Amino acid sequence: MTEPSESTRALRVYLVDDHAMFRAGVRAELGAYVDVVGEASTVAQAVAEIAAKQPDVVLLDVHMPDGGGRAVLEALRRTQPEVKFLALSVSDAAEDVIGLIRAGARGYVTKTISPEQLADAVRRVADGDAVFSPRLAGFVLDAFAARPDVPVTDPELDLLTNREREVLRLLARGYAYKEIAKELYISIKTVETHVSNVLRKLQVSNRYELSRWAADRRLV
Amino acid sequence: MKTDSGPEPQVKVPPPPRRLYRDPGNRIVAGVAAGIAAHLGLRTAYVRVGFIVLLAANGLGALLYAAFWAVLPTQAPAVPRRRVPFLQRAALFALAIGVIILRVQLGGFGDDLSLIALLALVAFGAGVIWHQADPGRRRRAAEPSAVPSPAPAPVATPAVPVSAPEAVPAAAAAAASVAEARTAEVESLGDRRWFPVRMIGGGLLVVVGIIGILGFLAPMGPNGFGATLTGLLFGLLALAGLVLALAPLFYRVFGQLREERVARIREQERAEVAAVVHDQVLHTLALIQRNAGDTTSVVRLARGQERTLRNWLYKPATSPTERFSAALEQAAAEVEDTYGISVETVVVGDAATDDRVAALVAATREALVNAARHAKVGTVSLYAEAEDEKLSVFVRDRGAGFDLSGVDDDRHGVRGSIIARMRRHGGQAEVRSTPGEGTEVALTLPHSGRDSS
Repeated sequence: MTEPSESTRALRVYLVDDHAMFRAGVRAELGAYVDVVGEASTVAQAVAEIAAKQPDVVLLDVHMPDGGGRAVLEALRRTQPEVKFLALSVSDAAEDVIGLIRAGARGYVTKTISPEQLADAVRRVADGDAVFSPRLAGFVLDAFAARPDVPVTDPELDLLTNREREVLRLLARGYAYKEIAKELYISIKTVETHVSNVLRKLQVSNRYELSRWAADRRLV
Repeated sequence: MKTDSGPEPQVKVPPPPRRLYRDPGNRIVAGVAAGIAAHLGLRTAYVRVGFIVLLAANGLGALLYAAFWAVLPTQAPAVPRRRVPFLQRAALFALAIGVIILRVQLGGFGDDLSLIALLALVAFGAGVIWHQADPGRRRRAAEPSAVPSPAPAPVATPAVPVSAPEAVPAAAAAAASVAEARTAEVESLGDRRWFPVRMIGGGLLVVVGIIGILGFLAPMGPNGFGATLTGLLFGLLALAGLVLALAPLFYRVFGQLREERVARIREQERAEVAAVVHDQVLHTLALIQRNAGDTTSVVRLARGQERTLRNWLYKPATSPTERFSAALEQAAAEVEDTYGISVETVVVGDAATDDRVAALVAATREALVNAARHAKVGTVSLYAEAEDEKLSVFVRDRGAGFDLSGVDDDRHGVRGSIIARMRRHGGQAEVRSTPGEGTEVALTLPHSGRDSS
């Protein structure tokens, strides 16, 4: 345990991925930072074991046979509100990413992320914050871009504030939270609040294009 | 007829199977006369006059014209549409009026006229339906709408590439200009929307024509019109029974056809996947095994393959010469390949390219190369955003960094290729670097009109 965080005990993490090799890799990499309490390769196994083991954070693969990460989220979201989900995937497809966030994941990172960054992301998600990879930040900016053809029904949910936009831009540029805070002269806590707000908007906004947008994008 | 102003270029159809076509590219009504003239090697005007003169024979000219129109396939015009000189149009029109008046003066048209008119109606209705199935229609829809060129273009206009009708949506993704393909798609969509109208309209015309002909011929029979109607009714009943009896058969045949089509499409898709996996992925894996000792090459190979596969899976194919985002991604890919680093590319929005945008992409590339060469890190972030009034690009690395004041004026990379280039095109470049923490190059270019497509 190189880095004992605020919490006194190590975070309990559960892995869901259908690639055994990848699970073994993550287990080895994360072992130094967190307590990996179990792993599953199928949706059914994951649903059963997560309910039983009550981990702090679940690392969830997007693409799996029989429904993928989304099926796991939908099965557990209601009954296990305490468990936080972090999507971990190689997929770059916008509908996968946005779909998982809207199903309730607290963040999205790609599988090429370094072990330190992944451990950091897990800690952040466990604390109730959101984790956006640069690519996800880009997707969100795109999805919430002002467009004349999209009516805004609820400005509170359907639009990003300028500050949130700035934070997302810096995230997309590869800035860490600490660097964003320094750049915008705000505290790290404020950055986290902004990102969490964006996540909430992404999850509950009914903006037409959030469901349609990904599909539209593919048609370009 | 003193109307042929200047030599009329004759559209010679290239020899192999010499078939008779309609030539809508050179038409007054539907291009039948022009097609026949081209086929026979006559002057178009002669054929036109011939049709008009035949009008005198109880309207035979009109019937022939309608019949030819119904059965002749059109040919994708090798020459953009020419306007027939106004003088010739006027003269032909006057001639037609003259012929009709003359004929009326000579004792009017006989009963046969209505028969011929009805036959022409049937031919016209049939034509409306048949042309629906004519691939030439779709093909013409796929061309950019004929440009009205002021001067009659010579025959040597390049032949229009003929694509299979099914290929139209697929072609949109391919290299061809997106806009052009899109109009083609829209037009063929419009075509499809008109399909029922044409089918029903054409069918009605044919039915009305046939009933008319029957009604016209019937009074000669002993029982007159009533009997004909009864006969017609029975005929219709018989037809309905036949349709009812054969419907399941037809349904099954159609179902089979549809299934075969689906299977064929699936097979094509599978072949495409196999091609990608075989040509690229297996190849790369083999290369990785052979270079197992050389970490840099392995990383480079894996990264290159990942990029190709990702693009193939998730990204619509757009041309780097047309779209800002595609151009940036191409630049990033080149740098990745050359320097064995990975460039995390995030692009928000998109824009069409022009010279200035191309300069921005070139400056971006230079910034990426600098980062790859000097930062000594494996990953560089590239973020670009197309907004309403400007394009911004940020290239960031967490590498060695440098002291800006320490850069000599003769170092071409930063000053010439990035800062001066951006300034030349009305943009700005800002370089921020801290030794030990990394470098960020910010490029902005004022730009008109975000293009969200």
